[in-house]
Amino acid sequence: MELTNEHIKTRLTEKFGDQVSDFVEPYGMLTFEAPKGLNLKVLQFLYDDPELRFRFLTDLQAVHYPENKERELAVVYHLHNLTDNVRIRFKIFTAIESPDVYTATQLYACANWMERETYDFFGVNFIGHPDLKRILNVEEMDYFPMRKEFPLEDQTRIDKDDDMFGR
Amino acid sequence: MARPVRFNITPKERDHQSHIGVADAPEGFTGEGFFTTKLSEVVGLARKNSLWPLPFATSCCGIEFMATMGAHYDFGRFGAERMGFTPRQCDMLMVMGTIAKKMGPVLRQVYIQMSEPRWVIAVGACASSGGIFDSYSVLQGIDQIIPVDVYVPGCPPRPEAILDGVMALQDLVERESIRRRNTEKYQQLMLSYGIQ
Repeated sequence: MELTNEHIKTRLTEKFGDQVSDFVEPYGMLTFEAPKGLNLKVLQFLYDDPELRFRFLTDLQAVHYPENKERELAVVYHLHNLTDNVRIRFKIFTAIESPDVYTATQLYACANWMERETYDFFGVNFIGHPDLKRILNVEEMDYFPMRKEFPLEDQTRIDKDDDMFGR
Repeated sequence: MARPVRFNITPKERDHQSHIGVADAPEGFTGEGFFTTKLSEVVGLARKNSLWPLPFATSCCGIEFMATMGAHYDFGRFGAERMGFTPRQCDMLMVMGTIAKKMGPVLRQVYIQMSEPRWVIAVGACASSGGIFDSYSVLQGIDQIIPVDVYVPGCPPRPEAILDGVMALQDLVERESIRRRNTEKYQQLMLSYGIQ
């Protein structure tokens, strides 16, 4: 039987009820949301279920929505079923004051560096990660540059003080 | 207006004598069988015409440098025929391309490994000032971590511009006092970069 978005949605709803929500299909790709405490349970179910078999983590990253109070940071998992060639997108939201999310490294080994990158740029604190430190930026950096409150421009320069340069 | 055809219509006779460029001798006193001049001028002349370049190429300026090294622009004309890919043998560091902040310590290490006398050319906008990458991750000019002798503007600079920068550096090298590297001022410059 072909694995349709409708079927994935039904399986998830049977298992988790109202806790998985906001099902949408932008460009045909099933996208849904769950509470952040449930992220490992949902991922484990998607991995283990004999019909779903989402065994490949394509990508993991975060998005910062400063206007969404108490759910400023979204952590997005892109999952791939390699057998049926089906992709889905799974989001959890967390408050920026306590960006604590359970790590997916026990389930997907490739999540290790992706979570380090997400920590590096957005400051998402992955609980249980074996080696959560910066991966791309210099180690001395003391902020998370992809958060929207930090301007893109290098703030250490003093010679470009024009309004055009965002200083 | 059509471009006048000037090339390859009257091939020159091969002449191995007058086609070899020879650097002019410095000012001095010439007599029969001897020539006297200042030691610093001889040293300057020798250094100027035997610079060993160390290319530190990270992006598109490096591609322009490859063209500069090639037969058409012929970097070897300036006595800089051989690229040394180890800093310990070289005396002209050519930094070409965007230097990310994480690359900064590497570049600094390469500079420290070069022996004196050493010169640095910053080729292109990124190496000189960060260029268009006015960003949290990019070093805003390599002169924040190592001293630079010549800046070549351009994004990327054409091979002619790189050659112009090298010739400007040759002028510096020729006129540099052989005691400069031992002076207090030079030590202060190095200390201001935290080197030594």
